[in-house]
Order: sequence, then structure tokens, then C-alpha cells
Amino acid sequence: MLIKKPEEIKSGEITDESIYHNRRLFIRGAVLAATASATGLLYRKLASPGREKISNTPTPTSAESIANQTANQTGGYATPGGEKANDYDDITNYNNFYEFSTGKEEVAVKAKNFITRPWTVEVAGLVNKPRTFDLDDLLKIAPLEDRVYRFRCVEAWSMVIPWLGFPLQKLLDAVEPLSSAKYVQFFTLYDPKRMPNQRSAVLPWPYFEGLRMDEAMHPLTLLAAGLYGKALPPQNGAPLRLVVPWKYGYKSIKSIVKIQLTDKQPRTTWNDVAPDEYGFYSNVNPSVSHPRWSQANERRIGEWGRRDTLMFNGYADQVAGLYSGMDLKTNY
Amino acid sequence: MDIKFAKQIVFINSVVPIALLGWDAYHHRLGANPQEYVLHTTGTLTLVFLTLSLAVTPLRIALKLPWMIHLRRMFGLFAFFHAATHMLAYVWFDKSFKLTAIVKDTFDRPFIFLGMFAFIILIPLAVTSTNGMVRRLGGQNWNRLHKLAYVAAISGVLHYYLLVKADTRIPVTFGIVLGILLSYRLIKRYFPRLIQSTRS
Repeated sequence: MLIKKPEEIKSGEITDESIYHNRRLFIRGAVLAATASATGLLYRKLASPGREKISNTPTPTSAESIANQTANQTGGYATPGGEKANDYDDITNYNNFYEFSTGKEEVAVKAKNFITRPWTVEVAGLVNKPRTFDLDDLLKIAPLEDRVYRFRCVEAWSMVIPWLGFPLQKLLDAVEPLSSAKYVQFFTLYDPKRMPNQRSAVLPWPYFEGLRMDEAMHPLTLLAAGLYGKALPPQNGAPLRLVVPWKYGYKSIKSIVKIQLTDKQPRTTWNDVAPDEYGFYSNVNPSVSHPRWSQANERRIGEWGRRDTLMFNGYADQVAGLYSGMDLKTNY
Repeated sequence: MDIKFAKQIVFINSVVPIALLGWDAYHHRLGANPQEYVLHTTGTLTLVFLTLSLAVTPLRIALKLPWMIHLRRMFGLFAFFHAATHMLAYVWFDKSFKLTAIVKDTFDRPFIFLGMFAFIILIPLAVTSTNGMVRRLGGQNWNRLHKLAYVAAISGVLHYYLLVKADTRIPVTFGIVLGILLSYRLIKRYFPRLIQSTRS
């Protein structure tokens, strides 16, 4: 072991004490900054506040044709009651669409390359004229209308959305339901290559939903192909979805490929998964709580406080008659 | 190891997430449902810091770094801070400070009850976190009281698990990590020989 003799280190070479401390301080500052940045990046990666601003390139071919059919909008979009429609950005960046992601803020990102052409919709079951429609033919069945509807999610948030579509009734009329047809069942596309989260087992796939015949034929029940006068972006259920404004959002099935008319009450996905939480009817009803949250009020996206939830989401005048004599507590 | 510096690093890093949350809120970058975003993020952060505080003891023994014990209180207090923020977000954003609605929610819904329960447990732990309180209670009593952190963590993870609709991956992950940390303690207690250098 070499022991240096004292004279080998000249006093001038000894690091000045203040410099020694400065360097230590500098290194510590650098370590602090580096770890804090790493933590910051980790937070950013794990917690995505959304709003990556997915600029929506509407589905290629028929975007224009849809826009052409739109009535000219003069005074913006609002419900008959005067509730203003939510921003396009909110509607297209906050979505429940488990086929892409269970994170509402992530769906837009994961779905942005979803290809929706060519697309066919098979209408089958108890009908006189079963038929597989090419989407563009289907959209010609009836003129597309702007319909500004309240949309109420079972998770107690809501929006006002200007849909573009036509009543489901028009499609059903075109295939001539048999008198034995009592219910309608709808299926979402099953294609894990295009809907990557279908590889996970969060839900049994494909997603399916159902309506009673009179609900399906109700003039409020809409087949929507667009919103805000433009083609539906993927995250909102492109290219064709159902909109049933007086029911919780999960009834309004997205990216429909098959519609089947039946004589028995069809199964529905959420009812299969958790029958005590999600019933077949799923009408918006402030007095029937979901087991895990109250349905008495809701957060309207874009508003600070909460609103009282309205019976049938405010459409009681039009639809309450469908359920007269029914106990809505047991038929939730 | 310079404990003071270690504490500084941990403190600064622990502040980063809530600071970024505040920054995003200030710039209106919390997405379409900012109230829900704050609620969920603070809830998750509570569980993160509770887990960290429970990881200190096993880690310091496994890694033979006895000084790590000095970080535990800070993790615990950060857990309490986030839990309090989470609670404030809930009573404010979700319940508009309506006491009757909060009480009804608590007794109607098991997941709310578990969350409330976990938060109430954390209060005495935070209050007795000072050196003075450790002295006043006596080490053994203090240790016994602070075992409640296990109960709070279990309730907190169950609270999260019962909340989600279908995608249980994150709460289940918290549950697995917590399970490992708690089984470590069971093993240490009943089969101490399986864990070496317990004296460190």
C-alpha cells in the first residue's frame, strides 16, 4: 500500500473547501433534478390527462356524402329545452368503448386507425326480407337528420350530443318484421385485429344488446352514422351505432354488424356479466340506484356542479307509455 | 448514506405527481371530466404511497439498508395527504358537501364505506406520526397502533376493486403487491428463520 508522503501533495493542489461543497451541492442538485424528472415522466406515462387532441379524419368515403345530406346548421346545436350541446372535443375524447380500451380518455387514441370501409350490416331473424346491407346502401334508406339528444351514462355522467342519423324504424320497415318478432338484438363487430382490446377478457365478445320491438320502433330510437354533421369518428361507434336516449349509454351499441329479430328477450352483454347491476331495460331512472352509485344526479360534462337526473333522461313524455303497468324497480 | 439528502430526494419526488396534477388542472388539461380525473388520481396516489410505506420494512431488510426506516414516515404522511385530497374531491365534486347524501352513500355502498373506513383509520396514524407522539405512546404501543396501516391498505385496495366495472387489472395489481408485503410480515412473525438478517 502506497502511503504518500505529505510533501507529495502541495497545499495548492488541495481542493478549496468551498469548491468541494459547491461540487457536492451541484451533484446533489443534479440527482434531485434527474430523479424528479424521471418521476414526472413516469406520472405522465401512467396518468394520461387525455386531450391528446385526436384530430378526427372522418371515415374516408362517405364523410362527404353524409355532410351533403345534412341540413344547414344555422343556430348551433341545442336540445329543444335549450341545453347546449357538448364540445366536439369532449364528445370525441371521453368514451366508453371497451373494444379499444377501458380508459375513457384512451379510446380515441387506440381507435384512431379503425377502418370502417367496407362495412356490411346483416339484418336477419324473424323478417320477411332478410338482407345484408352495404353500409352506403343502408344510409340511403332514409334521409339523415340532426337529432340533439341527452346522453346519460350509467356511471352518472352525461352529455348533450348532436347525432346525425335516421330512426331505426326505417330500417326495420325495410326488412318487414314478422308479427312473431318481439325483440331486436344487435351485435358489435368482433375482430380483435381491428379492435385490439377484444384480445383481453374484460367482457365476453362480441358485445351485444337488445330492445323490445316497441322500443326499437319508437321514433326517438336512432341509427346514427354521424355527429356534429360529420361522419362518426371511430371512438364514437363508427360507422353505425344505435342511440336510445332514454336508456343508459351502454344500450346504445356501437359499430353494429348484425341485427337480429327474435321472439324471445335476447341476452345483453352487461346483463350477462352482472345481472344484479344491469337489467335488460336499463331505462334512466333517478329513483333506482345502481348498487355501486346513486343515479339521482349526474355530472354534465363541461359543467361544474351536478344536475338532477330526469326520469327517462327527460324523455318521459315520449316514452313513459311504453312501460305503463310495469314495475320499473324490478324491471331495471 | 446521508439521510437528510435521501429524505430530500424522496420528498421532492413525492411532490412531483400532485404538482403535475395541479399544473394540469390550472391549464385545464384534465380531460372532459376533470373532477373525476382528480378523484381517481388522488385515490390511486393514496394507494401508491400506502404501498411504498409498507414496502420500506421488507426492502430495508432485503437490501440491508437500515437507514431506509427514516423514509417510512414521509411515505405514510404523503399517503394521508392524498387520502385527504381524495376525500375532499369526493365530498365536494360528487356530493356538493351534502352531509345526508354522504352518510347515505357510506352506508348504502360497501365501496364507499371501505374508503371512509380506511380514511378514518389513517387519521390517528397521521396524528401520532411525530417524534413526540412516539415518545408519549411508547414504542410498543405506537407500533401496535400503526399496524392499522395494514387494515387501511387492505380496505383501500378493496374500495378500488369494488368500484371498477370490469377492468380489475390495476386494483388486482395493488392487491398482489399488498399481499406480498403482508405475507412477508406473517412469515417474519411465524417463521422468522425463513427471513435472514432480521436484526438489521
